[in-house]
Amino acid sequence: MFGWEFPPHILGGLGTASYGLTRGMHNCGGVDISFVIPRPQGDEDTSFAQIIGASDTPVAWRDVSYDYVKSRIGHVMDPHLYFALRDHIYADFNYMLLNDLGCIEFSGRYPDNLLEEINNYSIVAGVIARTIPCDVIHSHDWLTYPAGIHAKRVTGKPLVIHVHATDFDRSRGNVNPTVFGIEKDGMDNADHIITVSDLTRRTVIDKYGIDPSKVTTVHNAVVPLSEEILSLPKPDNKDKTVTFLGRITMQKGPEYFVEAAAKVLRKNPGVRFVMAGSGDMMDKMIRLAAKRGIADRFHFTGFLRGNQVYEMLRASDVYVMPSVSEPFGISPLEAMQMGVPSIISKQSGCAEILDNVIKTDYWDVDAMADAMHALVSYPALHESLQKGGIEEMKGITWEKAGQKVLDIYRKVIKN
Amino acid sequence: MKNICFYFQIHQPFRLKRYRFFDIGNDHYYYDDFTNDDIITRIAEHSYMPMADTLLHMIEHSGGAFKCAISITGTAVEQLQQYVPEFIDKLKALVATGCVEILSETYSHSLASLRDPEEFIRQVHSHDKLVSNLFGKKPVVFRNTELIYDDDIATIVASMGFKGMITEGAKHILGWKSPNFVYSAASAPSLKLMLKNDKLSDDISRNFNNHEWSEYPLTADKYVDWIASLPEEQQLVNIFLSMETFGEFLPSYTGIFDFLKALPRFAAERKISFITPCEACEKMKSVGELAVPYPMSWADEARDVSAWTGNDLQREALDKLYSVAERVNLTTDRRLKQDWEYLQSSDHFFYMSTKHMADGAAHASFSPYDSPYAAFTNYMNVLADFLVRVREQYPMEIENEELNSLLLTIRNQAQEIDTLNKEVKQLRANILSAEEPVEVPVKKAACSKKAPKGKK
Repeated sequence: MFGWEFPPHILGGLGTASYGLTRGMHNCGGVDISFVIPRPQGDEDTSFAQIIGASDTPVAWRDVSYDYVKSRIGHVMDPHLYFALRDHIYADFNYMLLNDLGCIEFSGRYPDNLLEEINNYSIVAGVIARTIPCDVIHSHDWLTYPAGIHAKRVTGKPLVIHVHATDFDRSRGNVNPTVFGIEKDGMDNADHIITVSDLTRRTVIDKYGIDPSKVTTVHNAVVPLSEEILSLPKPDNKDKTVTFLGRITMQKGPEYFVEAAAKVLRKNPGVRFVMAGSGDMMDKMIRLAAKRGIADRFHFTGFLRGNQVYEMLRASDVYVMPSVSEPFGISPLEAMQMGVPSIISKQSGCAEILDNVIKTDYWDVDAMADAMHALVSYPALHESLQKGGIEEMKGITWEKAGQKVLDIYRKVIKN
Repeated sequence: MKNICFYFQIHQPFRLKRYRFFDIGNDHYYYDDFTNDDIITRIAEHSYMPMADTLLHMIEHSGGAFKCAISITGTAVEQLQQYVPEFIDKLKALVATGCVEILSETYSHSLASLRDPEEFIRQVHSHDKLVSNLFGKKPVVFRNTELIYDDDIATIVASMGFKGMITEGAKHILGWKSPNFVYSAASAPSLKLMLKNDKLSDDISRNFNNHEWSEYPLTADKYVDWIASLPEEQQLVNIFLSMETFGEFLPSYTGIFDFLKALPRFAAERKISFITPCEACEKMKSVGELAVPYPMSWADEARDVSAWTGNDLQREALDKLYSVAERVNLTTDRRLKQDWEYLQSSDHFFYMSTKHMADGAAHASFSPYDSPYAAFTNYMNVLADFLVRVREQYPMEIENEELNSLLLTIRNQAQEIDTLNKEVKQLRANILSAEEPVEVPVKKAACSKKAPKGKK
């Protein structure tokens, strides 16, 4: 598998989904997974998959001793693997900027020279593909499609790509041609395509012109939360709290949340609204809240890290995700696990599988305000969605998703 | 004969700490003590203390010919008392010379004059009380926050009995008129107005250390010369500056304190005297009325109030703050009242300004926040907690008038109980003294112990 993010060092939903899926597949049994990421830190969970760091894979011969390798990268890679990889260098990459071990440096983030990093990642993939025997190659999101294609050419094994998002979701239609090109190339070369929702599946078929028979939806799931998080104390607030949590960007539809909040506050002044997270539209939203005259009840927390996210959910009575276009959206599932009823837009992928939520169109501010008001005013509704949500989440597991992916593997291997 | 009127402003707000959403309802302390301590101590060391020494020196060496006015806000006094008490002693010494006049203003450097006349009057009274407690003098000339002035404010200030008021000589108000005269307010002719001489004030604050300025370097000799060469009939030059200008914006190595020290000598040579605002209002006649329909101030390029009320964020914050003015003034909770004062400081709104270019830089250089939006969200979080506390005192459902009458009833009843208690006590004493005159000393003691208990 080729991925870009892996917990605990994640920047978005991609890492969470990659982790959950890999663990789910491992739990189904009968599969050995090697997971390649640009730059492991050594604190990743390796109980169900072998983590290979692209930044620790040599692409040029360096005469180094076992002990030296061990002292340099022993915490992230077995030195034996390093030497095995070194034996499979397929071309002379000495013209590139390499370190003392003959490896290319990766940031593992989303730097300005992202395209260059994607290309380097694919060079490294060639070495790994020659070293590690496999039956299927699986690429997560467009960043790793070139690596997947390269590995397929080298090994002749089938390629499955996993579409967590397309550029149509990220840009509300203003697609970056380079990114589109990489995505399209990946989809054309893939033997099978997995999408995270039917919404994304349609995008892949309609916008990228892919044969529907090779596109299958496997919905995301959630990893059960730890006891420590579930037992966080609920703060003693007299006011009900309605929360938006995520990047404050165009894709997430924050302005609809503010407008709906203004409508609710006109009727029911005893509610607080929180917009947690940061993003390029944050200042605009602060201004909008001030303009609507609700700033004493509408709060901004800025970017939340680690457990702050769960503290915020624990302090919330309603969770809202008004995304304009969301391939899946794991966060409402997490909110439901915490016992927070959610309102989600019909335009988000998770709406396809969730029942114990209120679904509205993202643009239908009236309906959204109505739902918010109902959830804070009618305890019966709140309680039933809360209980139903917790129950429902128990049934949405990564093992089921993992099984579906394994079925797809069997199919492509047989062909 | 020409006169120079110097006035120096001292103000520091209580800056807010980083107050997160999670703190609302849990944490009722809003201030960043470390920063406040740090800033006031630094400015006092660089500016206030050497400035007070310089002024004292000037008064002593000129034999009392040098005079000036100082205005200090209540919030600044509180911080100085806490962190730099020696400066308060210096100020007292300055006032004791009789050459320094203290002006009146709002307690917390607030914008109440634009929003809530009643609150404005209350704040001025509470500031003046503080001043007379400290210096034993009652101010007679008024200075509004940031020299904000318009016709409505003039009426209120005149009704409080002030002789004069000092304000900005904004170009768009004055037109062809000169600021070097005493004017009177169009809406309240008894109130005299002294206007800031923009050019001569800026020559000190902006140009003194400006190497690209054609007149650089500015000497006391040259400066007094300019004033002396003004037309004969222009007899009053008002130099209004913030006290931090000396020592903080213009560090002492620029020679700014020596410049000041040299002023009285050159002024005496050219027969120019110094005057306080109070004397100016008494001695000089108004040359005409000045109508100011829209508020002006000494801040930013536009010289209006857009620095504090210019955008949606600022207006929203002010609206929400003053929506509870009446209620806060009904309460007797001292901490609530204190927070109410501190939250009104104009500085909080100044940090929320989204102006660009030169004005924006000025706003940013004072602000403890990264951006006006951060300033706004932090302030609103604090304000949200404050509003919760106000609501805990008096529920929102009750109208202000109803609340007022209820509180009045309670107060009247308390008074009634007091008088009745007194009567009971007196009657008891009468009965006792009539019945058993022998045992009086013992019983009386028992009686007086009982009486206060009954009150409770």
